[in-house]
Formats: sequence, C-alpha cells, structure tokens
Amino acid sequence: MSAIANTIFSPEMAARFDKLETIYPLKRSALVPMLLYAQDEIGYVSEAAIQEIAQRLDLFDLDVRNVLSYYSMLRTKPAGKYNVQVCTNISCMLRGGYEILDHCKATLGIGHKQVTKDGQFSLEEVECIGACCWAPAMQVNYDFHDDLTTVKVDAILADYAAGRGKDVK
Amino acid sequence: MPTYVSHPDEAIVLKRRFGQGAADIDKYVELDGYKAVQQAIAEGPEWIINTMKASGLRGRGGAGFPTGMKWSFVPKNSEKPKYVLVNGDESEPGTCKDHVIFLEDPHAVIEGTMIAGLAIGSKLGFIYLRGEYRYLLKIVEKAVADAYAKGYLGKNIFGKEGVDFDIITQTGAGAYEVGEESALMESLEGKRGVPRIKPPFPAVVGLYGGPTVINNAETIASAPHILLMGGEAYAKLGSERNGGTRLFGISGHVERPGVYELPMGYSLRKAIYEVAGGVKGGKKLKAVVPGGSSCPVLTADEIDVGLDFDQMGKAGTMLGSGGIVVLDETVSIVEFALRVISFYQHESCGWCIPCREGTDWIKKTLARVYAGGGSKKDIDNVQYLADNMMGRTFCPLGDAAAMPTLGFVKKFRKEFEDYIDGHKAETPIMTEQELVGAGH
Repeated sequence: MSAIANTIFSPEMAARFDKLETIYPLKRSALVPMLLYAQDEIGYVSEAAIQEIAQRLDLFDLDVRNVLSYYSMLRTKPAGKYNVQVCTNISCMLRGGYEILDHCKATLGIGHKQVTKDGQFSLEEVECIGACCWAPAMQVNYDFHDDLTTVKVDAILADYAAGRGKDVK
Repeated sequence: MPTYVSHPDEAIVLKRRFGQGAADIDKYVELDGYKAVQQAIAEGPEWIINTMKASGLRGRGGAGFPTGMKWSFVPKNSEKPKYVLVNGDESEPGTCKDHVIFLEDPHAVIEGTMIAGLAIGSKLGFIYLRGEYRYLLKIVEKAVADAYAKGYLGKNIFGKEGVDFDIITQTGAGAYEVGEESALMESLEGKRGVPRIKPPFPAVVGLYGGPTVINNAETIASAPHILLMGGEAYAKLGSERNGGTRLFGISGHVERPGVYELPMGYSLRKAIYEVAGGVKGGKKLKAVVPGGSSCPVLTADEIDVGLDFDQMGKAGTMLGSGGIVVLDETVSIVEFALRVISFYQHESCGWCIPCREGTDWIKKTLARVYAGGGSKKDIDNVQYLADNMMGRTFCPLGDAAAMPTLGFVKKFRKEFEDYIDGHKAETPIMTEQELVGAGH
C-alpha cells in the first residue's frame, strides 16, 4: 500500500519509491534516482510524475523541475521505445564513432534527439559513456554495445526491431 | 561487454579477482574477500590509516591526493554523522576503468567503503554510479544485498558488537560535472550538480554538512588489497611517492586497446608500443592524451616519461584518470581540439562565468577555424580565453577545459596556422550551425 493515494506508478515502482523515501538521512536525496526510475517506467518525466515526486519528497514542483533540467539523461518528452545513444567522444571518434552515428541516422531516417514515426527508435549523439577501450560504442536504453561496425549496428537494430534486443531495466 | 586483455608486464593487484566470477559473494570470500575488513576491525583506525599512508596510494580519480592523508584529515569527534562517499560517476572521456571494477569485483568496492568507514569512524557509506551504468548498478545492488544477508553489512557486522555499517547505492542521471566531489554531494542531496566553494573541504563539511571522505571507486577498491598485502609491499610496486599499481585504459589508435594494470611509473612509450601493441595498422604516432581528455596532450617526441603523478607533472601534463588516448598521424588536431572543447562546453554546469563563457567562446572560435573561416588571431584568442579560465572557477572543470586547449594550440600551433592558411580537413564532422546550436 503506497503512502500516496492514487499513485501514477505501478505498484512495484510505488513500493520502490516508498522505500527510497525512508533510506536517506535527508528525504530529498531520493530525487535524482526517482526521476530516472519514473522516466524508465513512463518513458519520460511527465507533469504527473513531477507532481507526485514533489509531493512524496515535500518539495515544490519547481524544485523538481529545477533539478530535472540539469541532468542530460532526463527528458520531458517521450523518446523511442529503444533509445539509441551513440558516443562520439574522443576514444570513439578515433575509431569511427561518427561513421556509426551517420549510419544510424541513415538507417533510422532520423537525426539527433528525433524519434521514428512508429515510435520504435530514437537517436542521440552522446558524450563519453565509459566504454573507451571497446570503442566505438553505443547504448540502446541501458545496454552497452561495443566494438561496433556498421554491419554489427545493422544486426543490433534489427534485433531490437524484432523485439529480440537486450533491454536491462 | 568489455573485452579482456592482459600483458606480461602487468602487476596484478586490483585485477586479481577479475574474470573469476568474484561478483558472487561466495567466490569473493573464497578469494580472500572480506578478510581485510575483519582485520581492520581488529586492528583499529590508526592501523588502517598508517597502512594506507605507507602504501603511497594516491587518488585514482585524477587529482592524486594521498589517500591515507585524506582519511586522516577527518576530525575524530564530530557532532554530525560522518560519511564515506564512493565516486563511481566515471565520465572523463577516455576512462572506463571503474566500469570493469564494478563489473568484475563489486565486493572490493563494498569492502573498501567499509574500511574507509572504519578508518574515519563513519557508519554510512554511499556508492554513487553514473546513470548510464544501470547494469553495473544492478550488479553492485545485488552485491550489497548479499553482503547484508551474510551479516557483513548492517548492525554488529561480522558478529562484532557495536560495529555497524550501512551502504546505500545511488544513481546519477547524466552529468559530467557531478564527478567533481562537491557537485557529487549536491547531486546526492537531491539538487543540481553545481560545485561548492572550498574551503571548507569535504573532510570537515561534506555530505549533509557532516565530515565526509570522498574517494574514486578505484581508490576505494585498492584499500582491501593494500591491507592484505601490507602498505610497504604495495608501495614497492610503484615508483617514488607513487605507490602501487593502477588501471590504465589505453584507447584510440592502438592495436590492443584495453584496461591494463601497470605499476606506477611504468614507461608511457612501453605502455603504447608493448602493452597495447603499438599504433594501429603500423601508422606513425602523432600525439597522446595521457590521462583523460582534460590532460594536456603529449607529442610523439614526449612519450619517454614514467606514468606517475610527479613525472607526468614534470612533463607538463597530468596522470589524471589513467585514460591514455592514442592519436595516429591521420588525426587533425584542429578537429580533435574542437571535439574536446565541445564536450566541456556541453558539460559546463554554468555556475562559474569564466568556465561557462570561456568554453562557449573557445568552441565557437574553433568551430569557425574548423569550418574554414578562421584567422591567426583566433589562435591567440583561444589561448587568451583559456589562460583566463585557469584557476578562476569553483571546481576544476574550467581548468579541465582550458588545459588541453592550451596544450593543443601551443604544441600544434603550426598545424592550426597551416590549417587556417588553406589546408582544410576532408569533410567537416559537424557544420558550424550545428556546433553553435549544440548544448543549448
């Protein structure tokens, strides 16, 4: 039973949030994780999510929005079901990161921070994701794909399109 | 998933349990896991700090501050609770060493956190991972849960009356700046990750206003190994005033990129040509970014230097996070410098004006140069801007952006001039319009 009446989240997520509210010396510490988990469930941080999180943490909506706008992974509009994030920072760039990004743009027919018409994929050029020694690399949602070639990218995108891709939550 | 590499010159301390399934708590215990923390409980804080001081371990996040000394700065008595904070917000371009530690040996991070807690008299530790490392967060969360189930965490740990320690795992949500210690504390307090002015230093006023030890994940994971093998034995592995080994991530144009554990002071030339197999495809070496993208570049003639904090400092650069990025002869330094400053411009939190404006103007100027519209005065302007960012910001991000920029324009000035004189690169990687718009 969630502490919040009419929670917008699933019972599992609501229970997780109930717990997050209690573990820190200061309740507000749960804010950044809550925003990310809310996004994982809804696909983005919605108005309703902002309001519920503010209520849970005894904050103003504005406090939540202020933090939300700082973190690059958080978004207020839906992304694709599979968000393809291609790293083009130095280690990836030197091993073909931009070719991988261009290939994804051409294959998916979308640009940076755009979503395909069917809502299946979105694309982002991202900064270093910590896979420098296995470059070029990208993440699809939270899953890492390393040592990429355009051929490998085709297979990875085809797997996701067919619902066979890895998808750690 | 990372591909694993090894080389006979490696000195294996941190990597000892890699590839053996040590994320499983029973396997970790079988491989001498959680012995060091029990010894730490028996011997007490002074012994821990003395051992860490003797080890010569210096902070693996990049600043290279002696760990034992950092721990000793925390006041013994404090009205407010003390905290241990593990910085796993690894995001310096070229750096992926903590990634493999969390994947292969998460219990070493947990045990190291407990050891730091015992040393300073803290009962609560936080392990903060960058938001992108979700699969690693799950590994660490499971490891923490397993440690609780065994009674290694919680109340009366290892059956010792009155010895309590808790660990909370935390995720970020995408921000390079949060890798800076005071910004990380802000983030952990549920705020925007902007830095705090120092002093006071975290050891006195840190998380929630309490005395706090904040260490990089690799530093923390080294602690149990050091207690097991002894401080002196660890120190001996490295060079003078630079104890032990560290994980070097060698990436870019090399034959065998990977995370290698080398003794401190190991030759940069050998790291590139022997350990990582030399420049990819037999091409000529042009330059090396030796410790993550914030470190000033070294030219091909400057690589006869030992990989430790002092020798790299003498060479006019930094050991940084140990991320060695190798550039072959085909790389345009103009393009590379633009990519580096674009990153810092994107990540500047905007709190301090020299950094916010400086990164933006350097990026715009280099973008113009790259697009073919530059003048030689632009090179001087870039240098002027970078010089005026140095040391004028709350946190080191301003310096981190200025230092590599100064390195590129000073060491490769001729290449910038030639480029401006009409030697343009093949195709621009981004149009100027896209560049100016990026990050806003």
